[in-house]
Formats: sequence, C-alpha cells, structure tokens
Amino acid sequence: MSPTLRSVLLFAGVAALYLVVGFLQSWPLAVTILNDGLIVAIMALGVNMQWGYAGLFNIGVVGFFALGGLAVALISKPFDSAAWAAGTPRIFFALVVGAAVILVSTRIHRRMKPGASRKLAMLVVMVAGFLLFRFIYDPAVEAVEALTPAATGNIGGIGLPVLLSWPVAGVFAAAAAWIVAKTALGLRSDYLAIATLGIGQIIVAILMNEDWLDRGVKNIIDIGRWPVPREVALQQQHWFISLAQAVGMDIRTASTVFVGLCFASLSGIVLLVLLLLAELSLKSPWGRMMRAIRDNEVAAAAMGKDVQRRHLQVFVIGSAVIGVAGALYVTLHGLLSPASYNDPLRYTFIIWAMVILGGSGNNWGAIVGALIVMLLWDEAESIGPSLIGWITAPLHAGPLKHHLIDSAVQMRLPIIGLVLLLVLRFSPRGLIPEK
Amino acid sequence: MPSPFLVGESMTGGYGAVDILHDCTIAVNRGEIAVIVGPNGAGKSTAMKAVFGMLPLRGGHVQLEGEEITRLSPQDRVAKGMALVPQTNNIFSSMTVEENLEMGAFLRRDDIRRTMEQVYDLFPILKEKRRQPAGELSGGQRQQVAVGRALMTQPKVLMLDEPTAGVSPIVMDELFDRIIEVSRTGISILMVEQNARQALNIADRGYVLVQGANRYTDSGEALLANPEVRKTFLGG
Amino acid sequence: MDFLNALVALLNYVIIPATSYGSQLALGALGVTLIYGILRFSNFAHGDTMAFGTTITILFTWWFQSLGVSLGPLPTALLALPFGILATAALLLFTDRAVYRFYRRKKAAPVILVIVSMGVMFIMNGVTRFIIGVRDQNFADGRRFIINALEFRKMTGLSEGLALRTSSVITIVTAIIVVVLLFWYLNHTRTGKSMRAFSDNEDLALLSGINPERVVAVTWLIVAALATIAGVLYGLDKSFSPFTYFQLLLPIFASAVVGGLGNPLGAIAGGFVVAFSEVGFTYAWRKVLAYILPASLMPHGLVQLLSTEYKFAVSFAILVIVLLFRPTGLFKGKSV
Repeated sequence: MSPTLRSVLLFAGVAALYLVVGFLQSWPLAVTILNDGLIVAIMALGVNMQWGYAGLFNIGVVGFFALGGLAVALISKPFDSAAWAAGTPRIFFALVVGAAVILVSTRIHRRMKPGASRKLAMLVVMVAGFLLFRFIYDPAVEAVEALTPAATGNIGGIGLPVLLSWPVAGVFAAAAAWIVAKTALGLRSDYLAIATLGIGQIIVAILMNEDWLDRGVKNIIDIGRWPVPREVALQQQHWFISLAQAVGMDIRTASTVFVGLCFASLSGIVLLVLLLLAELSLKSPWGRMMRAIRDNEVAAAAMGKDVQRRHLQVFVIGSAVIGVAGALYVTLHGLLSPASYNDPLRYTFIIWAMVILGGSGNNWGAIVGALIVMLLWDEAESIGPSLIGWITAPLHAGPLKHHLIDSAVQMRLPIIGLVLLLVLRFSPRGLIPEK
Repeated sequence: MPSPFLVGESMTGGYGAVDILHDCTIAVNRGEIAVIVGPNGAGKSTAMKAVFGMLPLRGGHVQLEGEEITRLSPQDRVAKGMALVPQTNNIFSSMTVEENLEMGAFLRRDDIRRTMEQVYDLFPILKEKRRQPAGELSGGQRQQVAVGRALMTQPKVLMLDEPTAGVSPIVMDELFDRIIEVSRTGISILMVEQNARQALNIADRGYVLVQGANRYTDSGEALLANPEVRKTFLGG
Repeated sequence: MDFLNALVALLNYVIIPATSYGSQLALGALGVTLIYGILRFSNFAHGDTMAFGTTITILFTWWFQSLGVSLGPLPTALLALPFGILATAALLLFTDRAVYRFYRRKKAAPVILVIVSMGVMFIMNGVTRFIIGVRDQNFADGRRFIINALEFRKMTGLSEGLALRTSSVITIVTAIIVVVLLFWYLNHTRTGKSMRAFSDNEDLALLSGINPERVVAVTWLIVAALATIAGVLYGLDKSFSPFTYFQLLLPIFASAVVGGLGNPLGAIAGGFVVAFSEVGFTYAWRKVLAYILPASLMPHGLVQLLSTEYKFAVSFAILVIVLLFRPTGLFKGKSV
C-alpha cells in the first residue's frame, strides 16, 4: 500500500468513525467532538513542528494555548473606561518598569566582571526594582479589581472583532515563546523539557491569579464569536425553522449542530491554511535544514548552520500555532476559564500522545492522531460508563459496581497511555510515518 | 608451536555493513606481552575489542586456553579471566580509588585484600590516595587506577587500549615498567599502543596492522630490526 | 520578648512547615535522581508512583482502622506503609519488565524513554483515580499535635503560640532515617557501590562484571520505597488527591534539577532550597515583622512577596535561574 493511499484510507476511516458517532449516538455529540478534534489538531501541528521537525521537547504546551485564549478576551471585550481611569495605564507602566529592571540586571550581568561587586549591583537593582514595581503596581491593581468585581473588575479589552484576535493570539504565544527560548533553549534534553513544563505552569498561574488581567478564576464569559451565529438567535429565524423541519431534527438540536458545523468550517479553514504553510515550509530548504539539524546537531553545527537560531525560529513558530488553537478554543466556547488550564495532562501530554500516535515529523499524521485521540477521550466519557455497566451487569448492585461505573471515565487516561506505549513499542514511527 | 593462550583468529567484522577487520589474527602466549601497533585508523582498538567480544564478527573465532569463546558476551569473558582497560573513561571518577579497586573485584566472592595490597605494592601512590575520588587524580595516576581496577579481577590476560595516551614521557616509561612487572607474575598482556617503538621494545610479540589486516607479525625485537617496518611505521 | 515572639512565629509559619515540606520534596527528588542516574531518563511517572503507593497505603490504613488496629498516638498509616511499598515495588518491577527493559536493551535515546514514561504516567494516573477516585482523602489519625499553640503559650508565657504537629515531626524524623539508610546503603554495601559505579560509568561497570539488570531492579525497589514514603508523608501532612500528587512532580523535578540530576546529595539540597523559597516568597511576613519593627516603620499590606498560588512558579523561577548560572545544577549533575 502506498503511503498516500494509506493516509487517505486513515482519514476516511476517521471520518467514518465520526459519522458513526453521529448516527448511533447523537449529532450534537459528533459535532462537539469534531470541534475539539480540529482545535487539538492545530495544537498537534504546532507540537509536531517543534518536536517532529526540530526535536525540541516542549511540554509547556498549555501555557501557549492559554495565552492564545487570553488574546481573544483582550482583543474582543469592550474597552473599559472606568478601569482605564482607575489604573490600567499605571499597571502597564508598572510592567514596563518591571521589564526594565530585568533588562538592566541582565545588562549588568553581561557588562560587569564576575565578582562580589557584580553580585551586589545585581542584588541592589533587583531588590530596588522589585520594590519600585510593587509600589507602582499594587495600588493600580487594587483599584482596577475593586470596580464592579461581580461583572468585570479587570482591564477589559479593546473591542475589536473576535476574528482579529486569532492572529494576535499567535503573536502573544510567539512573544512568550521567544522569551522562553531565549532563556531555556540552551539547555539540553531533559532539562529543557522540565523548564518548559515549569514555564507553562507559570503562565497558567499568572492567568489564574491576576484578576485585573482576565478576572482569574472568576472567568470571562460572553465572548463574541462573530461570524458564527448564536443558537438562540437561529431558533427564531424562519428559514432555519423550516430547514430543521426539512431534515427532521428538533429545533434546538438543529441549532446546536448548525452552529457547531459553522465553527468547524472556520477551524477547518484555519487548520488547512496552517497545514499548507507547514507542508510548504517542511519541503523548503528551511525545512530540510531543520531536519538535518534534528538528525545530527553536531554535524549541522560543524557545517556552519546556526543551530540555536533555527531552534529559536521553530520554537516560536510552533508556539504561535498553539496560540492560535487557544484562541479558537476560547472563541468556540465563548468563555475564558483560566482555572481549566490547570491540567497539563489534558492540555499538554495528551497532545504529545497525538503527535506520537500520528507519526512524529509528519503533519498529516499529527492531524489524524489528534482526531483519533480526541474521539477516544471524549467517547470515554459517554460510552465508558455504559460499557462498564454492561460488563458489570451480572454483578449485584452494590458499592463495588457503583464504584466501577463511577470511575469508568477515569479509564480514558490508561487507555491513551496504553495506546501511546503500544505505538512507541510496535510502530515507533506512528500511523503516517515521516517521509 | 603450542596453541597460544588467547587467540583471535581470522577475525572479520565491523559495526555496520562495512567490515573494519579483514581476516585479522591476534594472539598472546601465557605470561608474554603482545603489542598491536599501526597507523591511525588501522583498526588496532577494533581488533582488541573484537577479541573482547565488543564487535560483532562475521568470520573467525576467539579461543581462550583452547576453549571456544567467540559467542560469549564481554561480561562472560570477564568471568573467564579476561580484563580490559579501555582507552578513555576507564575509571569511576566519582568514586574513591579504593572503591574503584573494589568494583574491579565485583565478581569475586573471596577475600580481596591480598590482591588490593598487591596493586598498592605495584602502584604505591594509589595507597596514599586511596580515599580520594579517582576523578581528582592526575592523568598518569588515573591510568594506574584503571590498570589496578582491571588487575583486581585476578585476570589471566590483561588487555590495555593505549594505556599511555596523553601521559608524559616519564610517566609512560614508568607505566611500561609496571606492565612488565605485571607480566612477570604470569599474566598475559595484550596491548594497543601509539608509541610503537617503546611498545615493541618490551613486546614478546608484535602485530603491525594496516587497514584492519595483519601486515607484519613477528617478535618485538625482529620488528624493530626490520628495515621496512622502521621506515614505514617507526619513522626511520 | 518581642524578639522571642518573632522567632516563634518564624519557626511556626516558616521554618517548621518548610523543613517538613523540604523533607518530602527531598525524598521525592531522591527517587527522580536515582532513576536518572541509573536508568538515565527523567521519570515523568514519579508523581503518579507516589500517588499509587499512597493509595495502597490508604487502603490498608482503612482496613486496619476497620479492624480496630492502631498505633495509638501515631497515625495508622505508618503501619500500612510497608504494604504500600511492597505493592509499589511490584508495580515498578512489572513496569520495568513490561515497558522500560525493551528500550534499555535497544539503547534507545533518553528522550524516547522520557516519552515512554509519559505513557506510564497516563496509565498510573488513571489506575490510581480508578482505585480511589479523584476526591481529597484525609487519612491522618492518631494525635494531631505534639504541642498545640495554647499549651505552648501557657508553658512559655509568650503571646505567639507554637504548634508542633505530629505529622511534621514524623516527616522530619522519617526523612532523616531514610536518608541515612540510603547513603549508608550506597556507600557501604556491595550492591550500593555497584549502583554508584553503574551510574558513574556504565560501560566500565559492565567490564567489571556488574549485572545491569540487578542494579536496575534494586534501583526500582529503592525508588518504590522512597516514592511511597514521600507520598504518605505528604498525605499525612496535607491530604491526598491524585491530581495534587501529579502536580507534585513539578517541585520535585525542580528540586532534583536544582540539585543536579543524578546526584543524591543535590536532590536533598534542592528539596530544601525549593521548599524554603516557596514558603519564604509566599508567606505574609507581616506577623513576624510586627514583633521586631517599630510601628512607625511597619509597611502596609501583608508583606507577602507573591501570593500563595504562585508557589509552583517560585520553584520554577529558582529552577530556571539556577540552570542559567549552573547548567547542571548546584551540585554537579550529569546530562545525557
């Protein structure tokens, strides 16, 4: 079987699986899983660029994903003039001061000779800088957060169309990735992994706790999702009511499916555009050089390739792609819920499982892996309990049976782990191997 | 001639598709010193590794005391009485000198103190530094630790891969003296050397390898006297 | 007097909690560092190994409690601990046999082993959640305090009370015993020395006749004990939930890396560096300062450098800073 035929069959098989879910379970469920699947497919594409192209071990995925979501809130929420008057400019000024302090201390570290005087100078700058920062920052934050905390209590946004926030999300994630890369890319293998894991968690911690920025655990709701219509609005449109009757669905189900499909088309377009760019870059001289560096870093460096610079590029680009996925995710749900990101299993490690399953280094593989794993993950929630219920049917009702059915959804973690281990063991190049 | 104590006969093989050794034969008699010399990239270390079972062989065989050991793993060969001192990374640098020696004797269940005293007699400086981490010693001292560790297994044959690489000439002479001393206790020695002239001086038997094959094989003395060998390999 | 009060407050809110947290991290980091030294990969399943050991220990604790067996003032969990260790050891040996050994024989790149350990992490995490559920479990029983704040105030006449919790004392004492035993084992037994030799120079260890499979098996046994003990101590001190334990991986990795991966002494030092900085940066110092500063100099606010939610961020900031200046950690670690 030729590799192309194999890919086509795989994609057809996955599409069939989604249709089976639609026919046998429900269409809203199928569409929900499809939307999740398309978004994680974009994430998988980003991770594949970093890992598959360049061998960079980034497990801070969730941080860039969350930053993308933040961009949506900051771009699309209306401008909050009360917050502006209360202290938004002062907060930004504080952040600039903070950045300046870090800049100055790195300059000192670079310019001065090592020794006690350098240590002292850095210590003085950092301590004084921190105090100055807090002096400017604290009152402004307090003032902003005190404004109608039940509804806003944050700096709001700039009221631009939500679609515009998607590229901005990429820029946000890219900027963060640039800083991460500058500090951590020099580290080797395991150390880099652990550093990115930590930085991802730091980003999530900031989003969860800086209420002035995104209301923290209080969530930002009602995020617009133009051009996709809202279900409630659709249900009152005459053409839609007749359409629903024509396909024989009740109006609420039909509106959910319709909205979901609209969104899926949007995500699909984004995914295809990114995939096209990714494929073009992979086949360009740049992509060939990336892979040469991945396969033999020492040789590539000896041939005069600037390994560190290439790594920086691909790390930033891959993270930007993950950021765009984060923006789509927040737009889809109309909700930014920083606390929900506090789960690296759900937003980082599972993406890795997708890339490995699909085939490291192959963009198509990453996408197919994402669609399959997402289906497994979401179905474990709906089928898992009934499956266990069926298996345990002969058991008498009691605490054990109750416990088993209750915990069935937890089985999705081991199942994905098992899939990952089996792939690594028996087909380490994945479902669609790199060419 | 009686069959030699340790022999790798007609060894052919390499790490991948390309063979490095071609029908190469290396042997050492009981209590003698055999030296492998040759230009860079001649496969000297590879030949030694092949004898020790660290290179997959496509042809030929290895015998120790007449026993076929071609299929044994390096660890099993250690148990049979062979010891190897690699060229680099040949000590446990974070462990003390004494612990290095103890690890050498890991397979032994009897009292190792006598052997350790013998090693200390051979290399008195090690006794002085026995509580120091081996990684903190000088290059020559580290080589002594490496040889000492190998001797702790009470080997019948000691194999040394360029023991004098990177040490000063004085230390080199000293090391060669010690190696002669070791061979006098009845231990056979097989050694790869860059410093061909000095090595052949102490060798009972010498092998000149070129491109993974035997070029000259003779006693050390005869090789030193051979004008062709002198011209090509010993610099006149 | 105020100085004494400040000292007591410092002990009560900073030194004692940070020391016991540091001990828990150190035990966890020792496990990570041993695996890194011997098997040469960062084990992402370590947090979940701790969770599994603790889960089994909790099940045995419940069983003993239902039988009416107890240790009096000490928590019953201590009695259940050996069973938790045994179960974890069995699990780890099985995992090694079923999963890791294949890659070891193939001499797979360390990064592949890290990804493999991610798969193991998923499985262990799910198994733990399946066994005990996702909720918080509090399984500490016995006497809660050795000295409580009220008694302390009566005893000393100070206005600041010192509460010495049983779990803190058990943590610190156990950690000391475990660390002493571990170092004695590594430095004075044949197998322990062979583990160090293997970690130092694998090829030479093989040339010396050290059996790698035996070294690896013993390592997993020790790691099982360390992980279970660390997990149970943390659970007694705070509480148990699978997710919290998964998250513990972060400060534990930070400790091991800060100390230098593969270096046991470093893991201990790293544990305390991380614990003291987490507590130091997130503690509201107002209480302590109020005793020693004159009222006129007293700053506004809680004098808290960072809010408590940033404790993981602190451990990672420390990690990144240490790595920037000493790329292989405070004590010399290795990198593969």
